[in-house]
Amino acid sequence: MPKLTPNRRHVITATAAGVASLAMPAIAQTRTVKVGLLLTYSGPFAATGDLGDKGARLYEKLHGAPAPGIKLEVVRRDEGGANPDTAKRLVQELIIRDKVSLLAGIQWTPNAAAVAPLCTEAKMPLIISNAGGASITRMSPYIARVSFTVWQFGYPMGVWAAKQGYKRGYTMVADYVPGHDGEQGFIKGFKEGGGEVIGSVRTPLQNPDFVPFLLRVKDAKPDCLFVFSPGGPQATAVVKTFASLQLKEAGIQLMGSGDLVGEEELPNMGDAVIGTLSAHHYSAAAKRPENEQFIAEWKKEYGPGSVPNSFSVGAWDAMAAVYHVVKNQPGGIDPEKTIALLKGWTHASPRGPIMIDPVERDIVQNIYIRRTEKVGSGYVSTEFETVPMLKDPWKASNPPT
Amino acid sequence: MSEILVQALSVFLHGLAYGMVLFLISVGLSITMGLMGFVNLAHGAFAMLGGYVAVTLMLRAGVGYPAAVLLAAAATALVSVVLERTLYSRLYDAPELPQVLMTIGLVFVASAAARYVWGPLAQPLQLPSYLAGALQLGAFSFPIYRLVLIAIGLAGAFALWLGLERTLFGARIRAAVDNRRMAESVGIDSHRLFTVTFAIGSALAAVGGGLGADLLAISPAYAEEYLVYFMIVVSVGGLGTIRGPFFAAILLGVIDTTAKYLVPQSGAIVIFLATFVVLFWRPQGLLGRAGAVK
Repeated sequence: MPKLTPNRRHVITATAAGVASLAMPAIAQTRTVKVGLLLTYSGPFAATGDLGDKGARLYEKLHGAPAPGIKLEVVRRDEGGANPDTAKRLVQELIIRDKVSLLAGIQWTPNAAAVAPLCTEAKMPLIISNAGGASITRMSPYIARVSFTVWQFGYPMGVWAAKQGYKRGYTMVADYVPGHDGEQGFIKGFKEGGGEVIGSVRTPLQNPDFVPFLLRVKDAKPDCLFVFSPGGPQATAVVKTFASLQLKEAGIQLMGSGDLVGEEELPNMGDAVIGTLSAHHYSAAAKRPENEQFIAEWKKEYGPGSVPNSFSVGAWDAMAAVYHVVKNQPGGIDPEKTIALLKGWTHASPRGPIMIDPVERDIVQNIYIRRTEKVGSGYVSTEFETVPMLKDPWKASNPPT
Repeated sequence: MSEILVQALSVFLHGLAYGMVLFLISVGLSITMGLMGFVNLAHGAFAMLGGYVAVTLMLRAGVGYPAAVLLAAAATALVSVVLERTLYSRLYDAPELPQVLMTIGLVFVASAAARYVWGPLAQPLQLPSYLAGALQLGAFSFPIYRLVLIAIGLAGAFALWLGLERTLFGARIRAAVDNRRMAESVGIDSHRLFTVTFAIGSALAAVGGGLGADLLAISPAYAEEYLVYFMIVVSVGGLGTIRGPFFAAILLGVIDTTAKYLVPQSGAIVIFLATFVVLFWRPQGLLGRAGAVK
């Protein structure tokens, strides 16, 4: 019997060593990178978060792991609308408890502004997928943006409208930072082109009835009205009320940032939306190969009735940026290196070519002037003019101090 | 001069139409709260359900708009009775806090359920062609849909007033609102009365939700989003009456619309200021039954 003991020990040791030699390299090779994704999954704007999330999921599904041996773990959190304090708390938790290496998402400018100091303090890179307030990327050196700035819509829309011969403009915007940006951008572009803005009105962010504001616009008799709306049912309310009050018949052209004619709301607007002009970076109807492929994959995944919008493309491109920085840092995520990798990054997005400005860390992209039309039984925004690779106009006229 | 008159009339009528939708949705809440003192924050969920059912019937089953709204009202009444029997009735004699917590919980459940069944997007409502146009009288033009809202709101208010003031059932409600204990002691079954009133109130909310769907978009957030407006109508109008919420809703609609038209910079605050002033001056509401005993 005593003879057996060394024998048995020997066998066990050998087996253990064998198992270890099989298992150890595999463990060493797979490294998990955690990314916090903040979108609006609940509340009145839940639909936008849903479409964004679908964009991010689709990118992950189609591209698999960012690099061999690196597993991406996306930790999803619900900012639930424009809730700066919620966003701040969630980012704190993501950094401290979930120990994420990167942040992406953020649909709302107030939320981005609230979390910017945390990004600076914790050296936490944040890739903005939607929020469009111009100054966001100046709030922290660790923020880069793949979405847009509202100035990129308002300013070219104003320039274009003035060039078309519209003389008397009016603006109606939601009363929060992006709305103010849209208003200022349009006014600047429109005035530079020789137009005159005869009135501006700001509406509450959650406004039930647009009749009083639009009646006021109608009675002022402008020849074009620029609108910035946060989208969703609010945008539908504006477009429908514009039609039912017969502002078009009164000779007023409706135009706005693309948020006014978000793809998901077009069926709700119905014929009222036909003829609306908009400036935007993305239309699901665009005829670029990248977009046609994107749309085909989207419909395959989410059904023929589902249509992606700018939120989807923002989140899709945010994931592309995440993959870019993760792939190029096989040894682990370093905040400084991440930001350096994002500066000057170019990417063939469904919306056309995009670049991150190496100085401002902000998006440079084509802006399209579109007209919303009825095609078959559906509605699409058709791009008919391109402002190529536009930098944020606000930053151009407000250099960093 | 005539142009200003036309504009003023237009602003007034638009405010009236808005007010009528709020009235239809809120009046049931005023009656049931007056009757049982039950703080039902989930009232808007019934309006939301009505809106969803109406829109779904129109889209999926091709039912006409008026029929869809009526069917939605019937379905909502049914659902409300089930909820009243199973949930509300347990808390009749509970203090206000459990009632508030239970009903606000119902709001969240309703939102999540709506999101699950219908998805997060707002529901598309395409008005039938006979409602989509505008009435044109010289320089004055007004959307037909909103005229119909005003007409139905006025007719509904009149019918409710008749029912409450001129029928035995109405007399019982009034008796129970004024003094529930006394009413019960003369043989009025206040719980049954409440069940029926609750169903009628929910059906009315559903009618308001369905009719107003073009104005207040039907989405999962509906019950929370507009809750504050329903509560303003009820608290300004006072509990247990028809006339109270009727005038409060008109006041709210017209003041809100006019203020936003004239001073858009501060328009959104005016309605809350007005509410504050009214409640400061008359805490029981404009026409609330001051002496109501629970």
